[in-house]
This record gives sequence, C-alpha cells and structure tokens, in this order.
Amino acid sequence: MSVNTPQDLREDDRRQAPMATQGLRADIGRAIRIGLLGGIVLVYLTLVGLVGSFSERPLISGFISLGQTLLLLSMLGVGYVTTRLLWNPSTKSAASQGRAILTSSLAGFLSGGVLAMLVIIGHRIDVREVFVNATTELYQILTFGRGLPGVWLLPIVAGVAAAVASAAYRLPAKIRSPVVWGLASAGFFGLFSSLFRTILTGISRGLGPLSRLFFASSEGLTLGGAIFFIILAAGIAAGRQFGSETRVAKALRTKAAANPRLRWLGYGLIILVALLLPQVSGPFLSQVLALVGLYTLMGLGLNITLGFAGLFDLGFVAFFAIGAYTMGLLTAYGAQGLVHISFWVAAPIAMLVAMLGGLFLGMPVLGIRGDYLAIATLGFGEIARIVVGSDFLAPWLGGSQGIIGIQKPCVGRLGPFVAEGVPRDCFGLELVGPQAMYYVVVAGVVIAALVAWRLREGRLGRAWMSIREDEDVAEALGVNLVGTKLLAYSLGAGFAGLSGGVFAVLVGSIFDSSMQLFVSINVVALLIVGGMGSLPGVFVGALFLIGLPELLREFSEYRLLFYGLALIVMMQAKPEGLWPSATIRRELRAGDDPTALREAGANPA
Amino acid sequence: MYKAMTERLADWGIVAFLWAFRIVVILIVIVGSVLTLVKGSYTSDQWIDLAVFGLSQGGIYALIALGYTMVYGVLRMINFAHGEIFMSGAFAGYFLASALNRLGILNANPILALALITVFAMAVSAGVALLVERVAYRPLRAAPRLVPLISAIGASFFLQYTVRGLFGPGVYAYPDIQALQGEWIIFGVGILKRQVVIIIAAVIMMFILYTLVMRTKIGKAVRAVSEDREVAELMGISVDRAIVVTFALGAAMAGAAGVLYAQIFRQVNFFMGFVPGIKAFTAAVLGGIGNVPGAMLGGLFLGLVESVGPSLFLDGLGIVAPYQLKDAIAFTMLVLVLIFRPSGILGERLLTKRA
Repeated sequence: MSVNTPQDLREDDRRQAPMATQGLRADIGRAIRIGLLGGIVLVYLTLVGLVGSFSERPLISGFISLGQTLLLLSMLGVGYVTTRLLWNPSTKSAASQGRAILTSSLAGFLSGGVLAMLVIIGHRIDVREVFVNATTELYQILTFGRGLPGVWLLPIVAGVAAAVASAAYRLPAKIRSPVVWGLASAGFFGLFSSLFRTILTGISRGLGPLSRLFFASSEGLTLGGAIFFIILAAGIAAGRQFGSETRVAKALRTKAAANPRLRWLGYGLIILVALLLPQVSGPFLSQVLALVGLYTLMGLGLNITLGFAGLFDLGFVAFFAIGAYTMGLLTAYGAQGLVHISFWVAAPIAMLVAMLGGLFLGMPVLGIRGDYLAIATLGFGEIARIVVGSDFLAPWLGGSQGIIGIQKPCVGRLGPFVAEGVPRDCFGLELVGPQAMYYVVVAGVVIAALVAWRLREGRLGRAWMSIREDEDVAEALGVNLVGTKLLAYSLGAGFAGLSGGVFAVLVGSIFDSSMQLFVSINVVALLIVGGMGSLPGVFVGALFLIGLPELLREFSEYRLLFYGLALIVMMQAKPEGLWPSATIRRELRAGDDPTALREAGANPA
Repeated sequence: MYKAMTERLADWGIVAFLWAFRIVVILIVIVGSVLTLVKGSYTSDQWIDLAVFGLSQGGIYALIALGYTMVYGVLRMINFAHGEIFMSGAFAGYFLASALNRLGILNANPILALALITVFAMAVSAGVALLVERVAYRPLRAAPRLVPLISAIGASFFLQYTVRGLFGPGVYAYPDIQALQGEWIIFGVGILKRQVVIIIAAVIMMFILYTLVMRTKIGKAVRAVSEDREVAELMGISVDRAIVVTFALGAAMAGAAGVLYAQIFRQVNFFMGFVPGIKAFTAAVLGGIGNVPGAMLGGLFLGLVESVGPSLFLDGLGIVAPYQLKDAIAFTMLVLVLIFRPSGILGERLLTKRA
C-alpha cells in the first residue's frame, strides 16, 4: 500500500510518541500543510459551483442552506483530519488535548484564509472569464452577505469549526454519538424534505397541517421541525447508549430468528410496503422507483456476467437497446410497429432477442480477458448506439427521431391491439403511467432475483464463480468454459433486454439518445457500490446511484462528479461494496495480506 | 462420450462463427471499396484531402496513444482517464491562447505563441496526470487488476465534470491563428496549412519522446520497469520515480495533442476527451500495447482508416450518410483487433498471459 495513507501517518505518530514534546514544531508544520490542502478543497468546492448551487436550497428554512452546510462540513473535516493525524492516543493529558485543539484551529483558520484569499482576489480581478462560477453572488455567500469587509469571518468561522471538530473527536462516545446522529438526521430530513412532505400528505389528508409544522412550504425544514428531528434522533441514539432499546431489539431479533412464522411476517410486511408505496407516494416518486427497479433489473443481469462470472462488460447498454428496440418494433401503434402484438407477448420475445444478442456478442470475445474485455465490450456498446441512431437504419429504427407510440400493457388481454385511433378495447386494465408500471417492474425484478438466486446456488453458479477466480484452473477442473461463459453473457443480456423493453413501455417511446455509455457505466457503478456478486447489493446500489440522484434532480449537473468521486473513494476504502457477498469480501481483502497478494496476481510480470 | 462430442461441436461452432465474422468484414471492405471506386463519386483530390486529414488526425491519436502504451507498459493498467488528461491540456491551451490573442501576441508572433501554448498545455496535462496518479492509482498498486481500472473510470468522470463545473458546459471557440489559414500547394495539390503543421509537429514530438525513452538514463529506467518491475527494483531503479516520469511524459504528449486537436477542430468542450481517448487506446492496441513505435504507427493507421474508410468502404454499399458511421468504424477496428490480434501489429508479446 502507499506510504502516506492516513493510517500510516498515524502510525508514524505513534512511533514518535516518546518525542512528543519535541514534535510541537513538526505538528504545527503538518497542521499548516493540512490547512492549506483543506483550503484548496474549499476553493475547489466553491469554484466548481457546488457551494453556489447548494446555497439555493435551504436545509433549515431561514436558518442554514445546503451550501453553508457543505462549507461547514468541510471545515469540520479539516479539524477532524488534523486531530486524527496529530493526536497521540498515549497521552491523555489536558495539555495534549489543548494542543490538538489549537493545532486544529490553526489548520482550520488557514483553510478559511485560503478561501478568503479567493474572495479578496475575486473582488480585485474579474476571474469570471475562466471560472464561470466566480460570481458576485458567490462572494456574497462567502462573506455572509456583508461584502468585502465580512471576508474576515471566513477564517474565524473555519478556525472555530475545526476546533469544535477537534474537541468533539475527543468527547466520549456517549455524548458524541447522540449529537452526531441528531444533526445527521436533521440534515437527512432537510435534504429530502419534499419527499417526506409528499409521503406525509399522501398517507392521510388530515396530516397535511402536521407536515407544515415540520417542513417549510418550499424546501427544507422549519426550525421547529429541525429541533424535533434532532431531539428525536439524539434521544434514540442516547437510549441505545443506555441499552434499554437494544435489549428489546435483541429479544425481537432472536425470537424472529427462532420462529420462521415471524420471519415470514417480516417479509410479508416488506412486500406489503413495496406494493402500497406507489399509491402513497404519487406519480413522481413512482417514476423514480420504477427507474430504480429497471436499473436493479439490469444490475441483476450484469451481476451474472460480471459479479458471478467475472466478465467485465462495459457495453451493457447494447442489450438494453436491443430489448427496447425489439419492444418498440413489436408493439408500436404506428407504421413503425411491425406486428402490433401486446406487451405480454412482446416482453419474453424482447428478452429472447437480447439473449441471442448476448450470445452473438459473447462468442467473439470468449478469448479476451480482464480489462481488454472491458474495452472490447465498451466498443460494442458504442457501435450499438451509433448504428441505432444513424440515418442508415432510420427507415426501421427511426434514427434520432426514435420509435414513438409504444403500446401500454393491458391486463387480461394477450391478443393484439387493433390499431391507433380505434377505441382501445382493453376490457381489463390498461397500465398507464408510472404508478401502474411500477408493478410490472417489481414483478420483473422479483422474477430476475429469484432466477439469479437459484442459479447462484446451483452447479452453474459455482462454475461461474470458478471462472471468476481463475479461468485456467476452472478449465482444468472440467468446467466447460465456452458454454458457461456464453450462458453468463446471454442470461445477463436477457435481463438487460427485459429491462430495456419495460423502459420502452414506461416512457412510451425510444430514442438513440437513451442508449448512452452513461447507462453502462451506471450499471457497473451500482454493482460496485452495492457489492459485486451480491443480490441485495444490486438493489442497494441502484437505490444509492439511481434513486438518490433522481430525488436531487436540481443538482444533476454534479451527478457524475460525485459518481467519479464515489468510485475512486470506494476502490480505496471499501472495494467490496456496501453490501458485499462473502466470497468477494475475502478476495478483495486479500490485498492487505502480502502473501495472498502475490497469489491474487497483483504483479503478473 | 456424448458430452465430449457436444463440446467439440460447440468449439467448432465458435471457430466457424469467428471465421464467418472475419470473412464478412473482409468482404464488406473489398466489395465496398470496389463499388465505390467503380462508381467514381469522389475525385482524386478529394481522396488526397481525406488522406491528409486522416494523417493529421492520426498524428494526434498517436500522441495520445503514447500515454496509454507507456502507462500500460509500466503498470499493466488501462489509464481510462487519459482522454481527460488530453482534454485538460486542450483547455489549458485554450485559456492561454485567448489571453495571448487579447494581448495581440497570437498573430504577431505565431510561432512563439504556439510554442508557449504547447508547453503550457503539456505542463498542465502532466500536472493533472501526476495528481490523478497520486490520488487514484498509487494507493491501488497492489490491488487486483480490475480495481485500478474502476478507479480510473471514476477519475475520468471526476475530471470531466470538474472541468465542466469550473469552466462551464459550453463549447468554446479556439482563437484562430491567421498564419495557419489557407493552403500550401504541394506537388500540384492544395493541402491545408494547419494539417501539414500538425503532422510535422506530431512527428517532432514523437521523435523527442522516442529519444527520451531510448537515449536518456531515466528513459532506460522506464523501459526497465516496463520489462520487469521487480527485477528493475532489485537493480536499484526507483520504481516510483520511473512511474511518475512515465505518467508525466505520456500526459505531456497528450497535452500537446490537445493543442493540435484544437487547431483542427477549433473548439474545446469538457466532453471532448472521451472519444479521442478511446480511439487512441485503439491505436495503442493496434500497434501492440507497451510498444512505443507501435503506438505511433497504430495512430496514423487508425486516423487514415477512419477518415478514408466511411467513403471508401460504405459509400459503395449504398449506405446513406456514411460519415455518421466513422466512429463506428473506429470502434469496429478496436473490437476486431482485440478479438483477432490482441498483440497488435508490431507486438509479439503474448497478451493473454498479461491481460
């Protein structure tokens, strides 16, 4: 591992513990370095536009905005990092504590100072030619609305914040954890205030006035609501400290584990909530949930190809496109539709066509491994997008005009529609809108998850995992590489095709612009965040990477910035994902053990 | 017995499929070319224009490809963010060029200005690359192979959207250098001045890099690390330093490529690095990854095929608007090379062992 990770630095400090008194000058030097780095981070956050656009969103109405929270959190972070790196756990004297607080506040002061320099420079020279976000509004935010004279507040606030973080770092967990939980819950409810307001009003009309008590009319919490959430979460956290809550929870958990009937009751509750959710949350949230479901479906597919069999596919969007266009061609009302059959017949066909596609794209790349495979499949994905949108295929696929007027599914009717314009003879129920389509998506996800789960436990699943671990050994042990790999490609592609087909119906039309590389990256990223090879991980990843950004639509221009950052940070901090499968966790953690490292092929030369 | 037979049958099926694939591609190329030439819808001047344009673009791909190939040589990883390093060079060049333009230096002294812009772009690109290496790659050197690749994909998006956030999402017009406008008549054929300049500049840059890698001590260290990292370390070579130098050199080439690219297309945008990046990777694979002259050759070849290909192969087949498919041709070449000759034109290394 690298020389300068935070842990290493801390160990350095531990080693130097006896010379602590001499280390004051070194500590100050280090604090200056951290402070300057922190200042660069603050300037980055400001110039990249995060502070400005986050400031338009109040967190607690009339009290603090999201942008201010971001700045404050970064300043607290400077203090936290300084204390973490410089704290010498062997000395617990008041003097060392005071020193840590002082050095942290020095670092914080410096970081605030760097940001203040930006404001001062910005007032003298117009840098907007280069940095588009360096507007006067931004300087107003940074000087707390006081103009240039207020710039001195920045280093002071930063210094105080860093000192507070440093002091909090040393507080006993009994006090720290309720405070942190309380503030975090207020931040959480403030960030998603509109979501919770809709749900609260959705549950019952009578609760409308109640929601006004907690949530401000536009965005954010009211001050009273913030205090309520802080006290609530802090109370729960404090209660857990004293153990009364845990005892009840533990009793419940052991009882549930012992009694299968209770466990099924739990599952039943989850299913009930999943079924009722769109009715409560309204069309917008249902659309978000449906999207999360579609990505989960695609993720389950890629989870077979990449998570189980270890075949890195960066062109997964190709299969999504195949499914979507097949669905469009089969069911569209207009002249573009070839046969006008119903959704229920077309969906399995779309899935089958995508599986065939997986087979045909899988065959040529059978012999390619690792990162080369990633690039080759990336090429396939791009070719698919370019060809689909070209004028060459426009007579059939509509080029950039796409395929429009895709039929909605009709419950209780398998036969074809008559034609457009004719009164729709849907005697059953036509599934229009995201609230209804949600159920189709959920059904697809459940089926796919069951299939993936059963396959993983079976002979084929073990063959896939043996290929992932070591292809040559797997072949020597009698695994049929060709068949197993092709099955992984085509099954994964089938799920993606189904997802594409349902997407086409959900949107009602399909364009080449929906087939971006971004979709493939999204699916790979959600697998990585959730944990490769893990089924619940796929859902967790989709919730985080698709659901969260959809709810924070107004900041969508920073979505990929956070994606990139998340991937980099995940790879260093938690390469196995948020909800890892047991095997992957073992494999990736092997990197910490130098003997296992050689075997994992870290240095193939 | 039965199982063995089906397995063999499946293997034959795959082989037959791959051969059919090859034959189809070759047939499309041959039939398309013959039909296009018979139809005669392009004059010889047009072909020469396309070829020169292809070569100038190919020179740029070659410069970017050098970074991929060198980094792959020492670290065995695909530096997915290399396209973004190219883009940051182009942006740096753009800002300096507009500043010089406002001061009037750009047109008063174009050679000095271009040299300044190029050096600045190279320095910025190298700086960005070293930052990425330090933050996103170095901590992962011991990790399994896919981990740094994913980190590189993350770095690529992070850089793209950082530039977008800092400098805005717009497309910015690169200031024109008047001295580069117009044509030179070479052998009776008019060729755009800027394309000639780009080809010459690319060749000079490649020559400098080649001398650095082959003649200097640090170049030797880079080659040694690329050959065998552990043995190089045992011989007293500082591996970290060699890796840093590799990143800096490759990024400097990409930065220069960014300036040249902006001379052809005369605009910069935060997303401009992605497609040239992938194509340059194709060029690197085409020439045999890890092989410096191979990357140069691969770049020129790819540029040529991409420029001439759509008109030559596809026009004769009656495909509407073949120029739309030029990226598809480049990506098809990428896939074909990876499938049929992963060791590249000049590479003799067995890549299945390393990949």
